[in-house]
This record gives sequence, structure tokens and C-alpha cells, in this order.
Amino acid sequence: MKHIINCLVENQPGVLARIVGLISGRGYNIETLNVGPTADPTVSKMTIVVPGDAHVISQVTHQLSKQVDVIEVVNMTNRRHLDRELILLRVASQDHHGRVEVVELASLFNARVVAVQEDSVTVQMVGNQETVADFLRLLKPYEIIDISRSGVIAVGREVIEHERAK
Amino acid sequence: MNDKTADKTTDQAQPQKTGAQCVIDGLVEAGCDVLFGYPGGAVLDIFNALYDAPFQFVLTRHEQGAVHMADGYARATGKPGCCLVTSGPGATNTVTGLATAYMDGIPLVCFTGQVALNMIGNDAFQEADVIGITRPVTKHNFLVRDADELPGIIAKAFYIATTGKPGPVVIDIPKNVQKQKTAAQPPKTVSMRAYHPDMPINPAEIAQFADLINRASRPLLYVGGGAVSGGASDVLSALAHKANIPVCTTLMAMGVFSDNDPLSLRMLGMHGSVAANYAVDHCDLLISVGARFDDRVTGKISAFASKATIVHIDIDRSSIGKSVRTDLGVHGYVKPVLEAVLPFVLAADHAEWIEQVQRWKERFPFTYPEQGDVIMPQFVIEQIDAVSKGQAVITTDVGQHQMWATQFFRYTRPRNFISSGGLGTMGFGLPACIGAQFGRKDELMVCITGDGGIQMNFQELVVAVEHQLPIVVVIINNGFLGMVRQWQELFYGRRYSGVMLSQHERAPNEHIPEAKKYLPDFVMMAEAHGACARRVTKPEEVAPALAEAFASRKTWVIECIVSPDANVYPMIPPGSHVAEMINRTV
Ligand SMILES: Cc1ncc(C[n+]2csc(CCOP(=O)(O)OP(=O)(O)O)c2C)c(N)n1
Ligand SMILES: [Mg+2]
Repeated sequence: MKHIINCLVENQPGVLARIVGLISGRGYNIETLNVGPTADPTVSKMTIVVPGDAHVISQVTHQLSKQVDVIEVVNMTNRRHLDRELILLRVASQDHHGRVEVVELASLFNARVVAVQEDSVTVQMVGNQETVADFLRLLKPYEIIDISRSGVIAVGREVIEHERAK
Repeated sequence: MNDKTADKTTDQAQPQKTGAQCVIDGLVEAGCDVLFGYPGGAVLDIFNALYDAPFQFVLTRHEQGAVHMADGYARATGKPGCCLVTSGPGATNTVTGLATAYMDGIPLVCFTGQVALNMIGNDAFQEADVIGITRPVTKHNFLVRDADELPGIIAKAFYIATTGKPGPVVIDIPKNVQKQKTAAQPPKTVSMRAYHPDMPINPAEIAQFADLINRASRPLLYVGGGAVSGGASDVLSALAHKANIPVCTTLMAMGVFSDNDPLSLRMLGMHGSVAANYAVDHCDLLISVGARFDDRVTGKISAFASKATIVHIDIDRSSIGKSVRTDLGVHGYVKPVLEAVLPFVLAADHAEWIEQVQRWKERFPFTYPEQGDVIMPQFVIEQIDAVSKGQAVITTDVGQHQMWATQFFRYTRPRNFISSGGLGTMGFGLPACIGAQFGRKDELMVCITGDGGIQMNFQELVVAVEHQLPIVVVIINNGFLGMVRQWQELFYGRRYSGVMLSQHERAPNEHIPEAKKYLPDFVMMAEAHGACARRVTKPEEVAPALAEAFASRKTWVIECIVSPDANVYPMIPPGSHVAEMINRTV
């Protein structure tokens, strides 16, 4: 199972490398990784999607919380949360017919066509992990020329008491 | 350089000091009494400031030696070790030492020089990405970008190194930062938003823990390095005696519970005692105290302590349940946890269990084959114990001699057995012994080493000699990389590949034109380094040689030519269960 782990870290050089090195150095995989500033400029938020069983995830969260620069670690998968990913993809459309199909599919997923070329359409889509996966599955028959994914980001649904990781 | 000194002495009125001076002041502030190190271009400013430092500086002969010395000092005293090296090759030479300390949770702070900030990333002369290289082998590391940050960073480094699970911290200081002037003062207290080493005890966990102890009929304490760093020796003994719980320890915890105590089962694991390993297999409650279920301890994980409820006390939450299923994790420092549980533990005698364990102890003591004219290595260790009346502080390298040192010397105090457990670093023993001696000047330090291991950091002997340290290096010379040879004998059909230090009977592709008897000649080598030295080849020469060396208060090397084919038993083959234990005495 994939877990979404939100990690608040000191906004300092080298922290990203430390976190990534920690996870890969212990033989775990990172599926997506997103880093950005928070409302507090001294704090960055990293959202890490890690596949693994309960044991792996508990190791990853404990190892992360142990780091001197890590302020808080929350496994979002264990609580009510919203998650989103943005994808940009260019799909080949040889003819008018193909283009219509892709545009139709996109509109079913509330995705926007952001560019149209002679031979391709570029679509922007935002959704949670499931919707993104569904969309990509339905696009299988078409030729995807290029795809870029932002990585998953997530926020809790409700304010809960801050369970400090340490 | 002269300008610098002039600066420093003239501008008393000016509060500004250099980054280099901040390093010295930070060390003083941290209570450093000895710094181990090696200079170079990128730390010239720090060495210049060091010239007037109020603490001792020890020039080692290799940066690896400096880190191991700081490490040995820390293990012997419980205080953080300190070292200072230059950039590039100086810093990369520290990696093995840092990894050794990291694996065993040893507090030390290592200062590395770095090229000037504006040169970083340019492949400048003697530049290395020290932060990147040392990240996986340190508890934390800092690149100092501004001298204003330096006093704060140094204070944080010592705080991080010595609290929670201790570990090594690197401070990488670019050359321009060392020269930069600052008015920054060391902080009065250290607090870090993201680092909270204080660990409140959870009363519910304590209650459950006490309940498990009170209900157990065959409890066993399994004690690791956390009990040493946590100073838990006394409360551990109180708990064991109150409820009559036998105690076994890991390599890292030798002596934290006296080997002479009737409840002691000594070391467990691959080369541990039969009694300890049988007890693990039969106990119904295993209480892990600051140990981490290393694979050298557990063997086959699924069969480890299979009849037991497992309680794991650890300050490192990630360690709890990492390798072995845990029924109750107790998160916290071992000493306060044991202190908290002690009042709730009912006195018990566990008579049947104690009797059982006692029978195993009597039936399966550590033994070794009869010794004829050839010295048995185990005999040498016994003699070190006897001649020093059990008072020697032992350091070791890694290999067979290390295991014999755990089996045939009885440890009665914590911090008296100093050995690289987690990383298993050959070359650790001699520099660690020197560092330990600097920390505990009045005590007799004995480095038990192999003919392989001693050659990895022999150069540091000079440091012992020039400081007139009363350390005695005992080389257990079996002509082999013995531990590797033992595995080749047992598991690789006696195909001795790459293990012959002696010159005879090598594999065809290791052929040498002419075999020599003593190569290197350790006695000549020791004497060339200024030490007293003797080679002993007969059993009856061992005790007198040790007695002379121990009494002399000088630096000695005693080379013992021992049986080349002695093996370490008992042995539970890697990944196996105690039932597969090999226990031969021939
Ligand atoms: C730096 C390092 N390299 C290699 C090893 C692998 N190793 C473990 S024990 C051993 C043999 C040690 O030989 P020696 O020092 O003569 O000790 P003995 O086993 O013969 O007592 C070796 C090569 C190691 N532990 N450390
Ligand atoms: Mg040897």
C-alpha cells in the first residue's frame, strides 16, 4: 500500500538531501516527492509517497522523526485528508476523431485542455491519487508523448491536535 | 599567521574574534580537555588559534586514528570525544571512524576544514563534499556559512552528540569562515525546535512492563550499549536481584553487569555463552534494555526467543520492533525507565528457572583445547585477566581475538571493554586504547589485537610512546586473518583464500617467491616506534611478560605466537537457531 507522509522540516540547505538519502539509504522507495514553503518561511513541507507495508512505513516515519531537522512527521494515510496531484500530459491526436475522444475523456475528469497542436493535445488534470490513476488508465489506448506529475500533496481534513513526532 | 596572533593579543577591547577562535572557545565551553587531530591547509587558522588553547592537543599520525582516539576517549569516560582534521583527504579519512562511532552510538564532535565558501563546488584543491559523504554515518552534520552562527552550532553539536541516542556530529568549517570576525557569543542554553531528546516516561507502559515481569516465570534481561551510555548499571543490578532475573549482555554492554555475579550469563549471540543462548531460547519474558537485536545476536530472527513475550526499552523509537516482533515497546532512557518500574516489581526467586540456568552455566563453560608447547590464544586472554587481577581496561580489534576477549576475561565494571561492535572495524583497537588512556590516565589499558588488525593503524603507536602512555598492546599472532579463515574452514570447504598473513601454504594465485618467518617483525616494528617489545612463543613465557609490561607503566608491545588453527566456539552459524550451535573444543 502507498502511504502519504507529510514532513515539516527546517527550511535549510541540505535537508532535502538528508531526507531523500535516509529513505533510499535504507532501501525504501520514494514514489513521489514534493517540497514547498509553508506559511512560516523557516519551515518547509515535504510530501513523500512511499509504497510499503505497515512495518516499512513505521520504520520510515520513525527514522524521519529522529532527524535533527525534522519538526513533525504525519502519516496522512492514517487520517482524514485531502490529497491532490497535478499532471500535465501531451497526447498524440493523429486526426480530428482522436482529438475529440481525448478532449471528451478529459472533460469527464474535469481536466482542462491547455494547448492544442496539429498532432497533439496537452491536458492539465488535478485529482486525488485514485482519480489520477483512473484517468491514466483510460488514456492507455492513446499515445502519451510526454507526462509531468507534480507529486502528491495533502492536507488534513480537520485541525487535530498536533501529534508531535517526538 | 603572525598577524593573526598579533591581532588576538592587541585587540582586547574589541569583542570581535575569528571563527577559528570560536572553535577553541566552543571546545572549552563544552569541557573538552583533549583534542585529537591532524592539520592541513584548510584548518591553518584553527591550528593557529589552537596554539594558545587551554586544553591538550594530541597530534595523531592518521585522521582515522584521531577519530578512533576520540571515540575510545568517549567510550572510556562517557564524555564526548573531540577531533579536528583538514578538508578533502583529511576529512575522507575520518569516514570509517565516524561510521564506527555512529553504529555504536558514541558521542563525538569532529571539526573538518573546508575550502572557502565561494570555492565550494568548484573542485577546488582538497575539496570534498564532506556534508554529503558523512551524512549517512553521522547523527547530524553542519556546514557553517557564517562565523556568526559558529558558537551556536558548536553548542548544538555537543548537545546533539551527547543527548538522546548519542552519536558523532561533524562541523564543516570553510576557510573564510575561520578567518571571519564575529561578535557572536555561545548561547546560554541550547534548544532546537525539531530536536527533543527529553523523553517523558509513559506510566501506562511502566505499569504494563511491571505486570509482565511479575507474571513471568522465566524472565531474562538482555542488555545492550544503551545501558552503558545511559549509566544504568546500578539500577539494572537492583532489578535483576530484586526479582532474580538472569542477565546476558551484548558485546557493547560487557561489564555493565558484573560477569562475576551469580545471575550473569555473560554474552549472548553468535559467539556468546551456551547458557545465555539457551536462556534466550527458553525464557518466557525477554527484557531488552538498550539493545537493538543485531543479527549477530539474534541469528535466525523468526526463531529468536520464540517462547517469550518481548519487551524492548529503547531511546530510539525506530529501533523498537525494527528487526524482531515486540510485544511491549517502552520508549525512554533506560535508567529512568528501570527506576520507574523497580518499585512495582515484586520480589521473586524464580528458583526453578535460576537452577536451570545455573546447570547450563556449569555444564557449558567457555573452554579450549589442551595447550601443549604452543600457546593457545584463549590462554593469553586468561593470563591478562589473571596478571592484571581483572583490573585492566581492554580494547580490541575485530576478529577471533575480539571474541576470545569477551569469553576469557571477566568484566566487572562498565566502560572497561572497548570494542567496535556494530561496524566491526579492524584498526580500532590501538587508537581507541590511546584515546581511552588519555581519558583515564591512572588505569592500565590493554589492547588485545590481531596480527591483521594491528597493521591497520600501527602508526599510532608513536603517539602512545611520545606521551609515555602505559598501554600494553598484546598481539595475538595466529598468522591468519583468523576469523575469516574460521568461516572458510567451516563454510567454504577449507579453501583458504586471502587470509594468510603467514607466508606458508598460500593459495596458488597468492604465491610468494620466498617464505619469511616473522614478517613483519612486530618486535622490531614496535622498537622502531620507541616502544618496549617482546615476542613470546611458549605458554610459560606469557605471564612473566605481561607482569613485566603491566608493572613498567611504559608502552609495550607483546607479540604472542599462538596456535594458528584455534577457532572461536561456541558458534551459532549466521542466520541459524541456537539448536544449530557448533560447540567443539578441538
Ligand atoms: C577494516 C576491516 N576490514 C576487513 C574486515 C573483515 N574481517 C573481520 S575479522 C578479520 C580478520 C582479522 O584478523 P586478525 O586481526 O589477525 O584477527 P584474528 O581473527 O586472527 O584474531 C577480517 C579481515 C573488518 N572487520 N574490518
Ligand atoms: Mg590473526
